[in-house]
Amino acid sequence: MSYIIKGDTGEWEVVIGLEVHAQVISKAKLFSGASADFGAEPNMQVSFIDAGMPGMLPVINAHCVQQAVRTGLGLKAKINKRSIFARKNYFYADMPQGYQISQYDMPIVGEGILVLDMPDGSTRSIGIERLHLEQDAGKSVHDMHATKSFIDLNRSGVALMEIVSKPDLRSPEEAGLYLKKLRSILRYLGTCDGNMEEGSMRCDANVSVRPVGSTELRTRCEIKNVNSVRFVMQAIEHEAMRHVDVWESGGKIDQETRLYDSNKNETRAMRSKEMAHDYRYFPDPDLLPLEFDDAFIAGITSTLPELPDDKKARFMKDHGLSAYDAGVLVAEQENALYFEEAAQGVDAKLANNWVSTNLFGLLNARGIPITESPISAKNLGRLLQLISDNTLSSRMAKDVFETMAETGKDADAIVAEQGLKQITDTGAIDTAIDQIMAENADKVEQYRSGKVQLMGWFVGQVMKATQGKANPGVCSELLKKKLES
Amino acid sequence: MSLDKATVRRIATLARIEVPEAELEATAETLSGILKWIEQLAEVNTDAVAPMSGGTDLKLPWRSDKVTDGGQRDKVLANAPDPQDGFFGVPKVVE
Amino acid sequence: MTNLTALTIATARDKLAKKEFTAVELTQAHLAAMDRHKHLNAFIAMTPDVAVARAKESDARLASGKSGALEGIPLGIKDLFCTEGVQTTAGSHILEGFVPPYESTVTQKLRDAGSVMLGKLNLDEFAMGSSNLTSFFGAVKSPWKAKTRSDDLVPGGSSGGSAAAVSGYLAMGATGTDTGGSIRQPASFCGIVGVKPTYGRCSRWGVVAFASSLDQPGPMTRTVRDAAIMLKVMCGHDPKDSTSAPMAVPDFEAVLGQGVKGLRIGIPKEYRPDGLNTEVAALWDCGIQWMKDAGATIVDISLPHTKTALPTYYIVAPAEASSNLARYDGVRFGQRVEGKSLDEMYSKTRAAGFGTEVKRRILIGTYVLSAGYYDAYYLKAQKVRALIARDFTEAFEKVDAILTPTAPTPAFGVNDPQDDPVAMYLNDVFTVPASLAGIPGASVPAGLNSDGLPLGLQVLTKRWDEETMFRVCQVLEDAAQFPFLKVTP
Ligand SMILES: [Mg+2]
Ligand SMILES: [Zn+2]
Repeated sequence: MSYIIKGDTGEWEVVIGLEVHAQVISKAKLFSGASADFGAEPNMQVSFIDAGMPGMLPVINAHCVQQAVRTGLGLKAKINKRSIFARKNYFYADMPQGYQISQYDMPIVGEGILVLDMPDGSTRSIGIERLHLEQDAGKSVHDMHATKSFIDLNRSGVALMEIVSKPDLRSPEEAGLYLKKLRSILRYLGTCDGNMEEGSMRCDANVSVRPVGSTELRTRCEIKNVNSVRFVMQAIEHEAMRHVDVWESGGKIDQETRLYDSNKNETRAMRSKEMAHDYRYFPDPDLLPLEFDDAFIAGITSTLPELPDDKKARFMKDHGLSAYDAGVLVAEQENALYFEEAAQGVDAKLANNWVSTNLFGLLNARGIPITESPISAKNLGRLLQLISDNTLSSRMAKDVFETMAETGKDADAIVAEQGLKQITDTGAIDTAIDQIMAENADKVEQYRSGKVQLMGWFVGQVMKATQGKANPGVCSELLKKKLES
Repeated sequence: MSLDKATVRRIATLARIEVPEAELEATAETLSGILKWIEQLAEVNTDAVAPMSGGTDLKLPWRSDKVTDGGQRDKVLANAPDPQDGFFGVPKVVE
Repeated sequence: MTNLTALTIATARDKLAKKEFTAVELTQAHLAAMDRHKHLNAFIAMTPDVAVARAKESDARLASGKSGALEGIPLGIKDLFCTEGVQTTAGSHILEGFVPPYESTVTQKLRDAGSVMLGKLNLDEFAMGSSNLTSFFGAVKSPWKAKTRSDDLVPGGSSGGSAAAVSGYLAMGATGTDTGGSIRQPASFCGIVGVKPTYGRCSRWGVVAFASSLDQPGPMTRTVRDAAIMLKVMCGHDPKDSTSAPMAVPDFEAVLGQGVKGLRIGIPKEYRPDGLNTEVAALWDCGIQWMKDAGATIVDISLPHTKTALPTYYIVAPAEASSNLARYDGVRFGQRVEGKSLDEMYSKTRAAGFGTEVKRRILIGTYVLSAGYYDAYYLKAQKVRALIARDFTEAFEKVDAILTPTAPTPAFGVNDPQDDPVAMYLNDVFTVPASLAGIPGASVPAGLNSDGLPLGLQVLTKRWDEETMFRVCQVLEDAAQFPFLKVTP
């Protein structure tokens, strides 16, 4: 999937690195005991620490440390048993201390790997540069007053993981896949809910371009805080084009921070970041080095779930699913769990068809998540068993599926209520066939003189006569025998 | 290292302290004097010395993930120069 | 009745227990003295209502036999400690009017032990200074006068209000904070005892931060025993301060009187530079003789990086301060100067709110942390700091305690010209090394110079060994028979 921008002077490739801020799932904030929940009244979840009051001191939340290590393990990354919290100094209205407690040259997690599942079934490894823990800032509200901005510090101090990729991504599509895969892993791990709309996952994209074939890294721009996967892809596409235009017209790209405007589909330089960055990082003297031992890491390792890549491999190996099918199923942990439960004791490909086509179709149509599916995995599993043991034809199964979706009842109950048992009893089918052959002697004659395409018509007639309950396989077998005798 | 006016202007901006143009020269001179005195450290051999960044070699304590704080907006806002409907008011920030 | 303000904490404690007078009487005697000595400007805010109310509570507890370790003892609180419902300024205009909705751990402990807060004591702005000349609320004057001059003298700093109040009998004891000598140097200038415990002994929670890796609260009293009593109450593990030591608190008072027989006392040669004030040097020699007389062994030692301590300190402390003081931005508390934009509001607020010395240190600190200079200044200073700490570690393999002068000079005049900041910084030349190393240090009043001004001697021990420090201090105090100021009834 090579993504090339054809310019006037030649072909260009885009080089992308992503920085994702993922809010850690925790009850309390990183350095204070105030709640980290969403949606409270302004300034109701603020400790004196979060408000940067004089004399206040940070104490670290152990759970947030565990969550960061857990995420690091999920990214197959190097876990640093000793890391340092540093102050990143700058002034901003919603940053009360005048510095953000972050990690600089010694983060808690080092290099790792994220595997992209490409649409053609292949994979591509993207390097993770680092993951560090830091505090979130508060929120500025700009539209409540003509000349003032209003500051809400509820978010101030909430724990974030900043996950930085290497500049390994080469197209907007890859960036989109990266974000989806990262979100999937975070959700499997239970370390971040990955909700970009609510801001619990935010993305900054570093974008540059270079002539195809070149290995140089040209000046990059950082696009800040884009809040959906689609917008990230659009912003990158737009920014890459802008770079090509600038370079080709003999201009020069300035390293700067830019903002994406999704309404206008354009990026522009951020005013507040105009001044040269000089964050004056230094180790936070209020906090000692963050240290833990191998046993701490091992304890977390022992509680890791099976992650998407392993699950996908297992689905391919044990269930014989294609890379694409397995990839779709494992993208969301809930889907994979649903599939595994529904597929118990039946053919995996049959189960995949029903889950990926019928069930996902139903959920999509209703716009609900799988956790709210009207058909439980157990109930779908039972339906698949009824198909497998020939109790239901696939047409009947579709009807039962519809009824399950409407009523939430289980398959056995619906089959019993509606008397939908498939007829595999050859006697009943024999009788029907004999009657149809007697009533349609002309068609029988045509078939026998070589017009074998009529078989379909005969099967249809038998199905009609049995209200669809005849097993189509048994049906055509008997028909063939009788017509050709 | 002696500081020039431009450097003083830059660090004053970083520190968000207004230094009037007329005081830049004198400030640069005083700060240069202090820096010159500080620079005697350059003579100390610190090869292979690990930096000491904190005041103690204790272990960092961890707290458990419990909500123990917050729900005190009145106290949080009690000293605010410009409280506004439960928010802190500041001059409008334009982005 | 004896003059109540002249009593030591230990004596008052016993007499209160025996009901010889009430806590309210003791408090009122101090409030009256504070009123009489307003000209010293030791207090930024006197809190007589709080004091009397707490003294009444103390009397009730004394009556019911449920008294704390400092029950009814009137203390002054350096205005760097946040006190719930009582203005806390750090000596700065930018915090004028700030009323904390919380109480610092140390002052809470003092309160829980039954002590009575008389008011908030003056200090150098944000504890930056060695003279108390930088307070927005005006200079503090030392209660001491020189024989040969009639002008007012500085009390030292930054805990200058604390030193003036305790030496002038306005408070039985006071809290101080010490970042580079801010307890010990004013104790020396005012002829009282000042103790900076091991970094991590006393919680910093609720203390307005100057330089986080150096700041340490401690007691200032007229006697060594009083300091031991007060420190025991002030220190102890605080889960709200990540640098607070999770260690049991020793009974410092219990070791007093154990003497120094058999102890090895180190005398660092680097603390006797050419040109050291001869009277300071002579008093130091006196102290050495007292130690010998009490049965200690004197050991000549070397602390080779002593000379580098001050420049190191003047990188580390301003760097941390530049960051710690970023929160004074006019948004959530304190003074604000309006501006057209957010940045203009910040710049004007901070220009108007901070004094000259504070601004100078913020600018220096900003510079040494800035891109391109970090390694040459800040990182270098951290490495030298490690060497300074190592000097002490190695010394304490040979000796149990180190004896030095506290300050290179006696107090100077409030109006003496102070145009060179570096000359002012030299006041802390003997106190700063211990601050950088995080070890405990105390100043004990040891004598007067020929002009009648107090001089202190400093005792240093290894981390967490305040007990040995108190033993040595007690011997110095007994030998010195220091002539305190006369109390005016
Ligand atoms: Mg970043
Ligand atoms: Zn970040």
